Amino acid sequence: MSVTNHPPAAPDLPGLRARALNLRRTMLDMASGKGEGYIAQGLAIADMLAAIYFHELRYDPATPDWPDRDRFVLSTGHYSIAMYAVLAEAGYLPKDELPSYGLNGSRLPMSTFEDTPGVEMVGGSLGQGLGQAVGMALAMKIDKRGSRVFCEFSDGELQEGSTWEAAMSAATFRCDNLVVLIDCNGIQADGPVTVAIEPVKAKMEAFGWDSVEINGNDMGALIAALEGARAADGRPKAIVMRTTPGHGVPTLVARERAHFVRVDNTEWDSLKAELESEHA
Amino acid sequence: MPDQATKQGHTRGMGELIDIAGKTTELAPFGNALAELARERPEIVGLTADMGRYSDILPFRDAHPDRYFNVGMAEQNLIAMAAGLAKSGKIAYCTTYSVFITRRAYDFVAIACAHSMANVKIFAGMPGLVNGYGATHQATEDINMMRGIADLTIIEPCDARELKQVVRAVADIPGTVYVRNLRGKVPVELPSDYRFTFGKAQVLRRGNGRTGIISTGYMTARALDAARSTEGDGFDTGVLHLSTLKPFDTTGVLDFAKDYDRLVVAENHKTTGGLATMVTEALYDAGMVKPLTRIGLADSFFECGSQEYLEQKYEVDLPRFERVIRGAA
Repeated sequence: MSVTNHPPAAPDLPGLRARALNLRRTMLDMASGKGEGYIAQGLAIADMLAAIYFHELRYDPATPDWPDRDRFVLSTGHYSIAMYAVLAEAGYLPKDELPSYGLNGSRLPMSTFEDTPGVEMVGGSLGQGLGQAVGMALAMKIDKRGSRVFCEFSDGELQEGSTWEAAMSAATFRCDNLVVLIDCNGIQADGPVTVAIEPVKAKMEAFGWDSVEINGNDMGALIAALEGARAADGRPKAIVMRTTPGHGVPTLVARERAHFVRVDNTEWDSLKAELESEHA
Repeated sequence: MPDQATKQGHTRGMGELIDIAGKTTELAPFGNALAELARERPEIVGLTADMGRYSDILPFRDAHPDRYFNVGMAEQNLIAMAAGLAKSGKIAYCTTYSVFITRRAYDFVAIACAHSMANVKIFAGMPGLVNGYGATHQATEDINMMRGIADLTIIEPCDARELKQVVRAVADIPGTVYVRNLRGKVPVELPSDYRFTFGKAQVLRRGNGRTGIISTGYMTARALDAARSTEGDGFDTGVLHLSTLKPFDTTGVLDFAKDYDRLVVAENHKTTGGLATMVTEALYDAGMVKPLTRIGLADSFFECGSQEYLEQKYEVDLPRFERVIRGAA
């Protein structure tokens, strides 16, 4: 066992920002190999993934099915590129496996499958993550494990009725060991989010959740929100994250209406250079 | 306090199986068997979507309130939560009406449960015409829908005796299981030495080689009744009972079918897409062609009414079985 001992006594914000930068580098490498992908969303949640995996989550990458682990459920299965980047960074996956992303026969498919070590849920069919996370959180409570469940889902998934069914049940069953991270990036498959989903924070509160709204690309705000979400007050916790698609790579931010990014093969080197200069 | 639990767990509302003269019934076999099993298996949890009272799970609730969750009218969440519990070490038994599981939460059964081989056991109430509430509540195409999902087991018990055995057996069948559940006062039809064997068709009567009935669910009880009632007139009819519909016991069906001149397939489901379709596929694949009569429901929506009235109107009752055995279509 090589269990991570999170959370640490004090947050290491520079260290976490360096982790997020590494995740973005990894994602650009993976996407340049494949030539396309949900890279903009992946870059947008890199800060959140770094905060979760390297500050908050308790896990053992050598034993992915360790029963006392905290769970991280990625409901947006199409963000798999970000998931694989963080699983490799956390030690679940060998980094030399990452170039197989999206290739035939790979353990790292375009949408998450449970065959990948560290992936808790088959993603891809949106609106299924929160309900499963509620079930996991209940199981942890029944067994009196101290484990917690973290569930990422997107603003678009608030259009799925099942998300609200699950939100109601989490409050009813007093799942205060459940934290959701709602990725509000404002885009969906057909373009900008159009059907009215705002105000997200107030809606979650109305459904019985402890809810905060933050800039999801601000590491300090992310850590503060996660610290605040530890209260054992009977309420499930929602962190409404405003994120910028393509964050860290200005050219991709400028294409922020893009749900699925295709990039010319010649362009990857300049995107990587942009990422480095942004963080210099 | 099993007596009190049973009393509290009494199923209400229309659509209970009807009392048939001369038949023994048992109250809420699903819920009582689950309550008992859960005493031995602490990993069992029970869930319902506002249908606890009507799906016979209340005896479980009364015995194990800390492991019982009513999620309200939210069938997609019922299945998703069950999947999450299962992925965290639980065996999740969930109940509501079959129509709400299949028509409404189909994608969740497929992806959240079956794709993950999640330990979810779905006891789906009111299959076919075991309900007088009309098309909104009659699951007449559920076998057809569910057999389209890979890695999903489908079981349809005949009676209270088999249902209780199935409640226990599914805890040890890996992955997601869909059971067509019988509720209320459920008749005891099968012989006392009957033992449910997962995946195996069972010959309940060996006939003289003329007519062989292949059936599932409580239609097997109708088949046995009809075989007995026509016996005095010189008809000696075989009956093969398939309670496990998926995986399908092709060998068992072919072994039975080869011994009969003509076959009858009977099911409380549409005659398309269910047992009759599975039997004809198996026979055709094996190159075995026999005259075959289907007893089941038309491709239609059905009226409200008592079970007795509906069975008679849509010709899935005992007289229909008797007519078919005697040689009418």
